[in-house]
Amino acid sequence: MPASPKSEPRPNPDALDDKSPSATDDARRDRYEQLLAEAQAIKGVSLWKDAWRRLRQNWAAMGSLGVLITVSLLAFFTPLLPLQSPIDQDLENRLLLPPDSTVVYLGQREALRFEANSLKAQLARYDQRLDQLQQERAQAATAEEFAAVDEEIQQIRESENPLLQLWHRPGPLSQAMIRIRLAIFGDWSLPSWAGTDALGRDLLARLFWGARVSLIVGVVATFVSLVIGVTYGAVAGYAGGAVDAIMMRIVDVLYSVPFIFVVIFLITFLTEESIKKTYLEPFGINQIMIFYVVIGAIYWLTMSRVVRGQIISLKNEQFVEAARTIGASRARIIFRHLVPNVMGIVIVYLTLTIPAVMLFEAFLSFLGMGVQPPDVSWGLLANEGIKVITPIRIYWWVVLFPSTALALTLFALNFLGDGLRDALDPRMRTR
Amino acid sequence: MFLLRRLGWMLITLWVVYTISFALMRAVPGGPFSREKQIPEAIRRNIEARYKLDRPLVVQYFDQLRPLVTGRWENGRLKAWPDFGASFRLEDYTVNEVIAQGFPVSATLAIFALVFALMLGLSAGVVSAVQRHSPLDVSFMAAATLGIAVPNFVLASLAIVLFVFVLGWFPAAGWGTLKQIALPAICLGAPIAAYIARLTRTGMLEVLNRDYIRTAYAKGLHERRVIIHHALRGAILPVVSYLGPAAAGVLTGSIVLEQIFSLPGMGNHFIEAANQRDYTLAMGMILVYTFLLYVMNALVDISYAMIDPRIKLQ
Repeated sequence: MPASPKSEPRPNPDALDDKSPSATDDARRDRYEQLLAEAQAIKGVSLWKDAWRRLRQNWAAMGSLGVLITVSLLAFFTPLLPLQSPIDQDLENRLLLPPDSTVVYLGQREALRFEANSLKAQLARYDQRLDQLQQERAQAATAEEFAAVDEEIQQIRESENPLLQLWHRPGPLSQAMIRIRLAIFGDWSLPSWAGTDALGRDLLARLFWGARVSLIVGVVATFVSLVIGVTYGAVAGYAGGAVDAIMMRIVDVLYSVPFIFVVIFLITFLTEESIKKTYLEPFGINQIMIFYVVIGAIYWLTMSRVVRGQIISLKNEQFVEAARTIGASRARIIFRHLVPNVMGIVIVYLTLTIPAVMLFEAFLSFLGMGVQPPDVSWGLLANEGIKVITPIRIYWWVVLFPSTALALTLFALNFLGDGLRDALDPRMRTR
Repeated sequence: MFLLRRLGWMLITLWVVYTISFALMRAVPGGPFSREKQIPEAIRRNIEARYKLDRPLVVQYFDQLRPLVTGRWENGRLKAWPDFGASFRLEDYTVNEVIAQGFPVSATLAIFALVFALMLGLSAGVVSAVQRHSPLDVSFMAAATLGIAVPNFVLASLAIVLFVFVLGWFPAAGWGTLKQIALPAICLGAPIAAYIARLTRTGMLEVLNRDYIRTAYAKGLHERRVIIHHALRGAILPVVSYLGPAAAGVLTGSIVLEQIFSLPGMGNHFIEAANQRDYTLAMGMILVYTFLLYVMNALVDISYAMIDPRIKLQ
């Protein structure tokens, strides 16, 4: 901002001062309003806007971003899509079918014994039955009658809901989405464009439902590592001295532990039946949650080192001094003043950690220690694909499609991470 | 001095790993001898007494730690060091025997993979840097990015379909001949080669503009000599420092590849041990892996200092 035109009008209010107090006030207000307007007219380019502009020029990163958004949206809206059941097995007629384009209708398999071989009809009957029972319950005269009907309702909910037969434990949101899908598309579902697997399940549907698990594991586990890493690194960096030295030595020791092996060991323990029953299930912890925490607990090491380095270079800046002067607590300085300033580099590491975590999930699922069937994930699908490889016949689709989906997503995430690194931290460009 | 300090840290790390694994092992209710079949109380107590599982935890902790430090002695002769004890599930095998069986396989696989990765990665990186922006460069770098993004078990399964079943160039399984080693080693080395290629390329690009390269050209040296002798030496540092993580990557990758190609290596035994809940075997393997990783990292640091005399070992 140029200084000279600003200082020039300043004598004016003083000159007006002699005439009348109200005129002075008005003039001063005008002056302030003018200043305010000028200040508002200046548009600063924030770090984020700057980074976004740079990112937009990087077509590879933007393409990857597009791919990732598409994959996430598809994964989120999977229950709405006209897909076949991901878990319904057909061992007689649909074993390892190559990709074809015959349309399939939900509930058409005879052995399901659905009304008119249609899921829609069966669901309607189920709803009607439930309605009827609920009316009965409302009209129940005695408490005993009420309890009896109530029990029957519970039983029907658990055992006769046709949605539970075709999908693996869908949550309330997924169930609602499946119902919407049934209302829109009916029983019609996409043909097995990706073929079927060794148990006669549709691979396309499994790919979509597997994407949900794979993506969620990647994001949540990375988030866990983010929370641990940023907190640990920020505290160590800000504290400095002996505390920093001890905390970083711990990280050094953990760094040289081959964690994959410890994790496999750990998961073996935590999934032992007796442990699950006594310690985990009462708290509602299941295998996937163990997974999040365990994976998150490994990947924080790099994050904490990076954050610590940044915090050390920031902690003597003036804005920290200022915060300390006005009496901000240590925790407040760390989390309100310092941590937001390292977010750029943290985001870069985040985008590079997510693919690593997804790869790790695939790796563990591949070894049979990750996501357990009937849940599906891409790693599990790839593993199932490899299991059916035989010299006699090549079922190429069970290997190719899950692998491609996994590779494409990881590819996009890597590209986006590289692009973000260039955009947010141009100094690191050469690395 | 450097080596001594490294040794000290290694011992601390191994001790930490041992303690964590011990704590985990003992946290599991039901010991190694609780099977589906209920055994009478008296017999169970006898077995536990035989394996000294009835003593206080602290005593057990040191009981298991001692043979790890001193080894097993018979008639005044050192029989095994460190002694990991007997395998819980594989009858008549000590953990040492299992490791001795698996280690050569895994080591051969890892060495072949690393050599392959270095050769391919370095040459691809150098070619890309020298012929910058040529179609060759672009295709190499696209392949490298793909190599980093594709998990090696996916690569391995696609390679099996293609090279074993469609083309029939390689045998599907087995161990011993070079032909049998080649395919798993290539699959294991490919992601590392991709990383090395990228590192070499950036390093070379940085170095090629330096004055001393121009001087070398000005002296009238042959291009090949300038690149291999002068430029590559300066560009190779990041690659050397990456070899530590690469070694870790090879160790973990070998678990998967040994599964896919059903090789009788350590990784295969480790997964077996974890699935069978053979805790002594799993713990012994973790300790061996930690040790290997530490040695690799120390070697990398030493070679780093040898290549670049400005770096002091600390």
